[in-house]
Amino acid sequence: MEAHNNHDEHNDGHIAEAHHPSYGINILVWIGLLSLTAITVSVAGVNLGGLALTVALLIATIKSLFVMNFFMHVKFDNKVVKIFIGICMLVFVIVLILTFFDLTFRF
Amino acid sequence: MSDHTNAAAGEVQEIHMHRDDFGSKMGMWLFLFTEILLFGGLFILYASYRFIYPDAFVVAAAELDLFMGGINTVILLTSSLTVVLGIVALQKGHKKLSLSMLWITVAFGLLFLVNKYFEWGAKFHHGIYPKGPALQEMSEGEVMYFGLYYVMTGLHGLHIVVGLIFIGFVMWQIKKDVLTRTNFQRLENAGLYWHLVDIIWIFLFPLFYLIH
Repeated sequence: MEAHNNHDEHNDGHIAEAHHPSYGINILVWIGLLSLTAITVSVAGVNLGGLALTVALLIATIKSLFVMNFFMHVKFDNKVVKIFIGICMLVFVIVLILTFFDLTFRF
Repeated sequence: MSDHTNAAAGEVQEIHMHRDDFGSKMGMWLFLFTEILLFGGLFILYASYRFIYPDAFVVAAAELDLFMGGINTVILLTSSLTVVLGIVALQKGHKKLSLSMLWITVAFGLLFLVNKYFEWGAKFHHGIYPKGPALQEMSEGEVMYFGLYYVMTGLHGLHIVVGLIFIGFVMWQIKKDVLTRTNFQRLENAGLYWHLVDIIWIFLFPLFYLIH
């Protein structure tokens, strides 16, 4: 892992290594993403009432998790990256919730 | 594996360059967080106005072309696949295949923008633009919907343009062998940016096109 230390004293950074690069898994993920798109379009045609938005957002979230974990390699990434992403999402959700506290109680 | 690292270390030694791929990746992610919060603010704005004007949003969304939106979704998802295949190809040492995959990505990105042009063009044609005749007839909620539609898809389109420039730059570096089988982090960073733009579209599509 730390081979660069033996070979090059000038470099104290981390040299990235490919994590078992494979075409197959990415093509499978792509097929999954297209299927989810087809599902979200067809489900939108059904009258789900108040549930429609929840279902649409749920499918979009699942699609994003696929893209992040496989295409963006987060699944194989360092824990620090995962924690940072979690904090960023948490900030977003907190601001969203606080905004809706204001909206629901003001009107 | 040891072949791999030795090759990487050897190459670094040869050109005497300080290289920190992990730092490079973290830097890219930090930038992406600012992008997430930029679009996040707009999504919160969207959520607030949809909460205030639920019926007007349904009426306004009927103006959008679901077919165009769907096609553009497929285009972006596929372009994300080709970027990631380009990364895999470079990591396996297939420079030509990597460049072909990235060319396809650029073509898809341009196709997305062409579709966007026709989509916006059709709206303008129907008088839906600031001070446009159709927009002035609309209710406050519908005007808010189209304001958000133009700002959010417009900013997203701008990100597509930047992503294309980024990918083009990286392609040039692959061509010049600056980026290689053992030095691919910058290509990965371009990929990260492109995928984030894809994720934003994954949310824009149902929120603007799939309201009934």
